[in-house]
Amino acid sequence: MHMADALLSPAVGTALWAGTAAVTGYASKRLKREIDDRMIPLMGVLGAFIFAAQMINFTIPGTGSSGHLAGGMILAILLGSHAAFLVMASVLTVQALFFADGGLLAVGCNIWNMGFYACFLAYPFIYKPLAGSGQKPARILVASLVSAVVALQLGAFSVVLETLLSGKSELPFNTFVLLMQPTHLAIGIVEGFVTAGIINYVRSARPELLECMTMPRPLGASVSLRKILAMFVVLAVITGGVLSWFASTHPDGLEWSIEKVTGKGELPEMAQGIAPVLRRIQEKTAFLPDYNFKPAGNEPKKEAAAQAWPGIEAGTSAAGIIGAAIVLGLILLIGAGIRSFRGRDT
Amino acid sequence: MTFDTHYFDIGRLDRLSYKNTFVHRLDPRVKVIATMLFLFTVISFPKYEVVGLVPFFLFPALLMAIGEISVRFILRKVLLVSPFAILIGVFNPLLDTQTIAVISGIPISAGVVSFLSILLKFALTVSTALLLIATTSFPGVCHALRRLGLPSLFVSQLLFLYRYIFVLMEEAMRITRARDMRSFGTRGSGIRVFVRLIGTLFVKTVDRAERIYYAMLSRGFKGDIPSLGRTGIKAADLTYLTATVAFLAVFRFYRVTEGIGRLAQGLMQ
Amino acid sequence: MSHHIIEFEDVFFRYPDGTEALRGIRFRIIHGESVGIVGANGSGKSTLLQQMNGCLLPTSGTVTIGGISLTRKTRQEIRRKVGVIFQNPDDQLFMPTVFDDVAFGPLNLDLDEACVRERVRRALGTVNGLDLQDKPPHHLSGGQKSSVAIASVIAMEPDILALDEPAANLDSKSRRALILFLKAFKHSKLIASHDLDLILEVCERCIVIGEGRVVADGPSGEILSNRTLLEENSLELPLSLQRG
Ligand SMILES: Nc1ncnc2c1ncn2[C@@H]1O[C@H](COP(=O)(O)OP(=O)(O)OP(=O)(O)O)[C@@H](O)[C@H]1O
Ligand SMILES: [Mg+2]
Repeated sequence: MHMADALLSPAVGTALWAGTAAVTGYASKRLKREIDDRMIPLMGVLGAFIFAAQMINFTIPGTGSSGHLAGGMILAILLGSHAAFLVMASVLTVQALFFADGGLLAVGCNIWNMGFYACFLAYPFIYKPLAGSGQKPARILVASLVSAVVALQLGAFSVVLETLLSGKSELPFNTFVLLMQPTHLAIGIVEGFVTAGIINYVRSARPELLECMTMPRPLGASVSLRKILAMFVVLAVITGGVLSWFASTHPDGLEWSIEKVTGKGELPEMAQGIAPVLRRIQEKTAFLPDYNFKPAGNEPKKEAAAQAWPGIEAGTSAAGIIGAAIVLGLILLIGAGIRSFRGRDT
Repeated sequence: MTFDTHYFDIGRLDRLSYKNTFVHRLDPRVKVIATMLFLFTVISFPKYEVVGLVPFFLFPALLMAIGEISVRFILRKVLLVSPFAILIGVFNPLLDTQTIAVISGIPISAGVVSFLSILLKFALTVSTALLLIATTSFPGVCHALRRLGLPSLFVSQLLFLYRYIFVLMEEAMRITRARDMRSFGTRGSGIRVFVRLIGTLFVKTVDRAERIYYAMLSRGFKGDIPSLGRTGIKAADLTYLTATVAFLAVFRFYRVTEGIGRLAQGLMQ
Repeated sequence: MSHHIIEFEDVFFRYPDGTEALRGIRFRIIHGESVGIVGANGSGKSTLLQQMNGCLLPTSGTVTIGGISLTRKTRQEIRRKVGVIFQNPDDQLFMPTVFDDVAFGPLNLDLDEACVRERVRRALGTVNGLDLQDKPPHHLSGGQKSSVAIASVIAMEPDILALDEPAANLDSKSRRALILFLKAFKHSKLIASHDLDLILEVCERCIVIGEGRVVADGPSGEILSNRTLLEENSLELPLSLQRG
C-alpha cells in the first residue's frame, strides 16, 4: 500500500525521507566497494522487470480478486540486501514520478515501508536462516512465506504509524491496525507463494542463474551476531516507545473511536444563527499558528479547543469561501488565457 | 487499471516530457527543487485548512498552460491514481462529526472539512508530481538528482530502469497477451500460470542483462557510468525559482483568498 | 601492419547450459580484409563475434588479435581496437538518450569534452542520425536503433569492426548508406549476416559456419554462387545472383 503525500505531515515526511536517503547512501557506498561490474546492468534491468511484473495481474485462488507482485522479497533473495534495496528504491521512485503512486514526499515512506523491511530485516534474519543452502523447494517456500508476511506486516504497520503521526486522518490507532494488518497478512501470504514459485521455477529451469547471482552477495555470513542484536534492540526500543506513546495519548483506544462514531455530538449552535458556527469554522481552518514541527498526532479536538481565537469577525470565513471561488475562477481564466494565446501563436 | 492503459500512459507522459516549451527548457534541477518546495508547502497546511489551499492550484494550472500539457490527461491520471489517501480520508467525516458550520441549512462537520482538505492536498500533490515528469525528461530529472547529490549508483540505477522499462513492458505485454489469448475465463490467469510467466520473463531479463553487460564492456565500461557536464543555470531558471518561492511564501503566510473575498463582499454591499 | 591480424585457432566454446556453440573454429584475417560470415540460425555466428573482444572467452583454443592473444588480462586492451556491434540494438543502446549512448565509449577512453562531442557528431553524421541526439532510444524505430548502435561503436574509432546483422531493420536508403560506410571503412571488418547481397557487395571473402565449424572459406563471389553449399546451410543464392 503506497503512503500518500496528502496524508503526510512535513515532519513525518522529512524524517522518513532522511532515513531512506541515509540507507540509500549507505547501500550505494557498500555496493560501490564490493560490487561486481556485472551487477550494474543486472540491477537496472531487474528493476524494470519488477516494474513490468507488478503490472501483470493474477487471480488469487478462492477469492476471485486479483493481486500483483510487490517484489521486495524476490529482489532481496536474488540480489542480496544492498543491491535489492537500491533496486526497490529506484522502482518506487519511478512509480512516484510516472504514476504519482504515493507522491514525491511520500516516496521516502514508501521506500522505507516496502524496501527496508524486506531487504534489511526479513531477508537476512528470516529468509536466509530458514532457507539454508536454498536447495530444497519446501524450505524455500516456508522461508519465503514467513519472510514475506513479516516484511509486509512491518510495512503495513509503518503506514499506520506514519499516517497517525502525521495527524491528518481521524482513524484511531486500533481501527487502523485492524484495517491494515489482516489485509496485509493475506497479501503477504500471496507474495510468499509467488516469490517461492518464481525462485523454484528459476531453480529448475536455469539453476546456473541463481548460482552466479548469489555469489557477489555482500550481506551474508559477515554480519556479526552483535550487529544483529544491536539492530533488534534498536527496533524494540523504537516500536516499544512508539506503542507506549500511543497508549498514553489514546488511553481508551477502540472504545474512544466507537463513541466518536456513534456519539452524535451536540448540535445546539445550529439554532443560534450562523455567527458562532462561522467562528468554529475559523477555528478549524486555523492558519499558521498550529503549524509546527512536532508530530501532530495529538487529538485534534483538544487542539482545536485549546486554541482560543479571540477577536475574529464572523465575516472572515464567509469571505474565505467567496475568495476561494474567485481565486479558482481566476486560475481557470489565466490558464485558459495563456492557452488560447499560445494557440494563436503556433 | 489494465496493463495496456498503464503502458500507454507512461508512454504518453514520457512523450510529453520531450516537448519544447519554456517550462520544458528550464533546468531540471530548478524544476525538481521548485516541485519539492511546492509539495512541502502544500502538506505543511494544517488538517482543517481548505480555503488557503485553493490559490495553490495556480501552480499546476500555469505549468499545464505554459507547458502545453493537456488538462484532461492530467485530470484523468489524478483520478486513476491509487486512492489510498482518499480511502483513509473518507473515515474523517464518519469519525469527526462535530458540526462546525451550517451552509444553507446543511450542517457541516469538522470531519468533512478535514476530508476536503485531504482531497485538495491529494489533487495538488499528485498533479504537480505528474507535471514534473510531464515537463522534464526523465534523464533530465536523473542528471538533476545526481548533481543535487544523490549517490551516482542509485542514479545510474534509475537511468537503466527508465531505459528498459519500455523494453520489458513490451515484452511483458506480449507474454500477457499470449496468456490471455489462450486462457479462457480465469483458468489461465491463476497463480500457477503467473509464476511461470514471471519466471520466463525473469530468465529472459537476466540473459538480456548479460548481453547489455557485454555491450558495455565492448565500449570500455570500467565500473562507472560517465556523463558529460550539462549546461549551467540560466537567468530564466533563477527567475522561475524566485517566482515560485515568492508565490509559495505569499500564499502560505498571507490569507490572500479571504482578502479577495472580503474585497468582493465590500464591493457587493 | 601485423597490428590488425585476426587469428582463430581451434576455438571451442560451450555455454554454461552445455550447448556446444563453437567446435573448432580456425581462420586468419589479414589487415584491411573484409570478411562475411554466413550460416543457418543457431550455427554460432553471434557466439563467434562475441569472442572477438573477449565478452566470451574460448573454452579451448586461442584468439589472437594484432599479435596479442586474448585472455582475461588483455581484453581491456583489445576492446580499444575491436568494435563489436551486437545483433539486438536494444541491448546495445543502454543509455537513456542517443547522445549519452554514443558518448559512452569516447568518455570511457578518457577523452576531453570537446573531443567527445566532436566524435559523437562525426559518428552520428556517418549514419545520418544527427537529429536523433536528444531522443531516448525507445522513441526510435528499429532501423534508427540499428543506425545509432553502429554510431555508438564507430565513435570509439576502432581498428577492427565486427558487426552482427547490421542491416536487419534498415530501409533501403539506410542500408545503402551503411554499405557505403562499410566500403569506406579501410580497416579489417567481419560481418555476420543473412543479407547475402550486402556481403557480396562489401566483403571480398566469405566464411560459412555450420554447427560451430567452418564449412567453407573463400572468395565471396565463389561461395555465394555455390547453390548446393548454401542450401545445405539453410541459405539461398543472393538475389543479385538468382537471375544469372
Ligand atoms: N546465452 C546462451 N546460453 C546458452 N546457449 C546459447 C546462448 N546463446 C546462444 N546459445 C546457443 O548457441 C548456439 C549458437 O547461437 P548463436 O546465437 O551464435 O547463433 P547465430 O548463428 O548467431 O544464429 P542467428 O542467425 O539466429 O543469429 C545456438 O544453438 C544457441 O541456442
Ligand atoms: Mg546471431
